[in-house]
Amino acid sequence: MTERLFVKGNEAVAMGALAAGCRYYFGYPITPQNDIPEYMSRELPMLGGEFIQAESEIASINMVLGASACGARAMTSSSSPGISLKQEGISYMAGSELPGLIVNICRSGPGLGGIDASQGDYFQAVKGGGHGGYRIFVAAPHSVQEMYDLTVLAFDISDRYRLPAMILADSVIGQMKEALVPHPYVPPADLPSKEWALSGKGDRGRQKVVKSLYLGDGELEAHNWRLHEKYRLLGEKETRWEENGLEDAELLVTAFGSTARIAATAIQLAREQGLRVGLLRPVTLFPFPGAAFLKATQRTKKVLCIELNTGQMVDDVRLSVARDAAVSFYGRPPGAGSLPTPEELLLQIRRHCEGGVHGG
Amino acid sequence: MVARKVFARPVSLKDVATHFCPGCQHGVVHRLVAETLDHFNAAGRTIGVASVGCSVFLYDYFDINVVEAPHGRAPAVATGVKRVHKNSLVFTYQGDGDLAAIGTSEIIHAANRGEGLTVIFVNNTTYGMTGGQMAPTTLPGQRTTTSSAGRNTASDGHPIRMAELLATLDGTAYSARVAVDSPGHVLEAGKAIRRAFGYQVEGRGFAFVEVLTTCPTNWGMDPVAANRRIAAEVIPFFPLGTFVDRSGDER
Repeated sequence: MTERLFVKGNEAVAMGALAAGCRYYFGYPITPQNDIPEYMSRELPMLGGEFIQAESEIASINMVLGASACGARAMTSSSSPGISLKQEGISYMAGSELPGLIVNICRSGPGLGGIDASQGDYFQAVKGGGHGGYRIFVAAPHSVQEMYDLTVLAFDISDRYRLPAMILADSVIGQMKEALVPHPYVPPADLPSKEWALSGKGDRGRQKVVKSLYLGDGELEAHNWRLHEKYRLLGEKETRWEENGLEDAELLVTAFGSTARIAATAIQLAREQGLRVGLLRPVTLFPFPGAAFLKATQRTKKVLCIELNTGQMVDDVRLSVARDAAVSFYGRPPGAGSLPTPEELLLQIRRHCEGGVHGG
Repeated sequence: MVARKVFARPVSLKDVATHFCPGCQHGVVHRLVAETLDHFNAAGRTIGVASVGCSVFLYDYFDINVVEAPHGRAPAVATGVKRVHKNSLVFTYQGDGDLAAIGTSEIIHAANRGEGLTVIFVNNTTYGMTGGQMAPTTLPGQRTTTSSAGRNTASDGHPIRMAELLATLDGTAYSARVAVDSPGHVLEAGKAIRRAFGYQVEGRGFAFVEVLTTCPTNWGMDPVAANRRIAAEVIPFFPLGTFVDRSGDER
């Protein structure tokens, strides 16, 4: 019989990581993700793993870099201001082609901002938050179950493509409790072995170097083209999204993470009132499901993008849709009490279905 | 008569010429580290952590596995490495800007955790690779490209004595400062480095060796004059010696 648990989203991330074989956690306390390091600090020693509460976010991500260079599955977690500090290390990991998981239980900003749920870090997550022009795999869970499932998937994709992976969620998903079925982890049979990893013993004559410095003529250009090709391949093979009710939809609503949960309720209410509305929810934010948007907007010409910010993912939606599709945006900048209600979103859906609202 | 080889390149070093400037002492320090790895027959189970600066090309000279760290972060990267490969020898090789300025937090906390690492800290009182700017270790009055009238301690602060600072931490098993400006000092430096790696082999905790070295290019000196400056100016401010040496018993 499959076990069914009632746990927090943050705990589901930790459980997914342990299931996927992650035995190295390095982090620094920050609200609202502390359930993850607390869980790891309890469980990892019993599993023969290593937990370090590091002196800083910067040290944490560099410890991940070191453990990952040795081939171990390693992770860190934080929230927005802490993720900003980690960007240096993430860029080095991307340049050094090192896997590793970074969890961002996003809070509101800019600056110290607040601890309320936010989607203000979309740009930072999907456009390469650090220097040098790189991408990482970014998945946006909308449920406790997905917190577990996408964490497991992120480790596999991170290893397969040798790039950092990020779980982007917020306190709504991280702090709420839902049912979780912690499926046992089955490693993909075709996962490549880590021949590049630095070993601890006895392979003289086969020097291995993990680095991101390329000074030779043409070396760095070739390296960047190789990375670019990897990102293209990632888009081709690892894009994930969810569609619901698009077949007859006059209005396509799109949202990710916590906002998608609220939007789904609003869409259900709209359907009950006879409005033809469907949902396209990006599950991976990078790679972005641009092709799915193009296909859906061949038929459905009205698009409403809802975010918990002043408009970030909507840029990628606009780049993806059919040329004659009209994309509108509805968002709330994060802050106490700014989480939209289903009724509030229903009102927006109704206005867009009935026409008369353009642009955004 | 049979010829007997009495001096050879350590097997841990590759048979290549270095990119270092004439009179630079990185080469001497590289050799001392390599001799130590040979001594412990450990090149095959050593992981070096290269830092940002003139020594970033560690992997071009040492025949060992190497991971490159962001500027100042080598002790954190090495922590990740050591926690995975507990039986490997893990060392960082860092300059003064890397370790004593941008990476101060990482070195202090790696030492304080008593991470089983060996840290080779090469202090040449300047930022070498970027062209001779003022370093945290630049001496009072020393002219650099960002302290052209000489380091003014009233506004620029004071040089940091890292070996003494780290010796105050309970996690530090060994902390010493050496120089390589004379044959006697080179022998002493070799012993300190061997001791620092030995402590790691024995699992005693964090071991730190600061090596005072020249940077003739950025000091605006010829190699001989630069070497003389070590005894005349640098050692008087950064005294040689062992500042902590804990056997495993009291820890």
